[in-house]
Amino acid sequence: MAKPNVKRMWRDAVSGYSFMTPAILIIGGFLLLPIAYAIFLSFHKVNLLGTVSYKFTGTANFERMLDDPRLWIALRNTVKYALIVVPSQTILALVLAAILNMKLKYRNFFRVAFYLPTVTSSAVLVLIFMWIYNKNGLLNYFLEMVGLPTYNWLGDPSVALIGIMIMNIWSTAPLFMVIYLAALQDIPESLYEAAEIDGANGWKKFWRITVPQLKPVTFYVVVMGIIGTFQLFDQSYIFSAGSGGPNNATLTMVLLIYQYAFKSLDMGYASALAFLLAVVIMLITVIQRLIFKEEKLN
Amino acid sequence: MNKSMKRFRPLFYVLLGVYALITFVPFLWALSASFKTLPEIVKGGISFIPKHFTFDNYRTIFHQEPLFVRWFLNSAFIAVTVTVFNLLFNSMAGYALARIKFPGSTLMFFSILAMIMIPGQLTIIPSYLIIKSLGWLNSYQAIIVPMGAQATYIFMMRQFFISFPKELEEAAELDGLGRFGLFYRVVLPLAKPALAAQTIFIFMGAWNEFLKPLMMMSDKAMFTLSVGLNTFKGQYISFWNYIMAASIIMTIPALLIYIGFNRFFVKGITFTGSK
Repeated sequence: MAKPNVKRMWRDAVSGYSFMTPAILIIGGFLLLPIAYAIFLSFHKVNLLGTVSYKFTGTANFERMLDDPRLWIALRNTVKYALIVVPSQTILALVLAAILNMKLKYRNFFRVAFYLPTVTSSAVLVLIFMWIYNKNGLLNYFLEMVGLPTYNWLGDPSVALIGIMIMNIWSTAPLFMVIYLAALQDIPESLYEAAEIDGANGWKKFWRITVPQLKPVTFYVVVMGIIGTFQLFDQSYIFSAGSGGPNNATLTMVLLIYQYAFKSLDMGYASALAFLLAVVIMLITVIQRLIFKEEKLN
Repeated sequence: MNKSMKRFRPLFYVLLGVYALITFVPFLWALSASFKTLPEIVKGGISFIPKHFTFDNYRTIFHQEPLFVRWFLNSAFIAVTVTVFNLLFNSMAGYALARIKFPGSTLMFFSILAMIMIPGQLTIIPSYLIIKSLGWLNSYQAIIVPMGAQATYIFMMRQFFISFPKELEEAAELDGLGRFGLFYRVVLPLAKPALAAQTIFIFMGAWNEFLKPLMMMSDKAMFTLSVGLNTFKGQYISFWNYIMAASIIMTIPALLIYIGFNRFFVKGITFTGSK
């Protein structure tokens, strides 16, 4: 009996590794290796002219961050952006999901329709919004009609970031709406029935049952939203033609990394910035998972 | 919905209607611009119906911009190839991790889980240098190969196969099918829902990808549509009629796939927990 088992073990090992080979090669070569390489680059000065060469500079790249004014601008933009976009898209997603969850007619149509912006390419969305934002565009026309002040949305540093924020709330909220909608199915009906017996109205049920029951999902949505704001790139790049302008108003962390790496060809410093960004994002993810796990246990 | 809520029913319909409008208006506004003449665009105004309906904008971008068709084909080729690779490789890896016992499988599974948490920004610069040293800049494989298998979907397929009835495979094995025959003839055909969900996400992701082609392709002929569109914008500043026509063309393939497969979308999102 021992012989066929050994044979089977061998056969399983061979088939297991052959099934895994493409994934191992791709993930090894274009994910694992780049991670190690990124850490290496963070501590070196990279010379790209001729054959690529490296010079070890210790923590110089990280020290340089402390007095890099553009880094601080990018961070400030990111914080501003997150403070407005994350709460807005979370509340919007929750409200839309709660309404869709009521047994209304055509709810499927609305769900499919609302999700449309999420599947559209960011390159296209930015162009459409730039067309709406231009001086004689639809938005200004509408603002004028209702008696509000109009802006030069594309060229005025005080409002350029707001333009991107509006667009992102509009295009990201539907994704989180779908996540909320799925979570709403898991709330036991008996909770609502019990509340009804106690005479609670719809509003009270929403605040006393729906919102607290969705707390873990809300936490997840908020964390994902924050991570998304840290990763903002396409929108700022296309909006500002790669400059982060007007006057650095749309400069984001990833755009800054891109500029250092591919415009100034300062790959060592750019890698150090990317490394720091990745550490921050991963810390947020790990904390989220830990808290999420605890919530589930309680 | 109980009685107290029924009174508000019309209000909820109004809210849904208003939000549907907010969702559609930008798309409709772009669509209408793509059929307007330049003078009408310059004049401004908020008419959604073009005064002089014209196909000239579409004609112009195809005729005067010889690379536009090329960009479209580049995007299509890359998106389709990346999708096929992922369907195959992620399913193979997911199946092996779920069903086959081999030395190192647990370690691999946990590495895949860890990989999902790594933000893509970390690997941008080293990937560029690796692709460059392979001599792959300005080639299709620069984008296709690194995107050919993705940890998130390997994990998704593994979860799918784990909850898959084993009996069918055992019966097929008794019939003398080897591991590979079993995989292609029995397992893959039964995995259709998971494969459909993957198809949409990966096709959309590859079709809409912006940063990778921006980085890897400097030769204009190798641009994808997303990067080409951005150049196009710089070239035709204030020719919004052309820019919108080009944007509409880029939206159509993704839109068709979305409409055709949208029921798999929700399943996929709730399964992977994120996009």
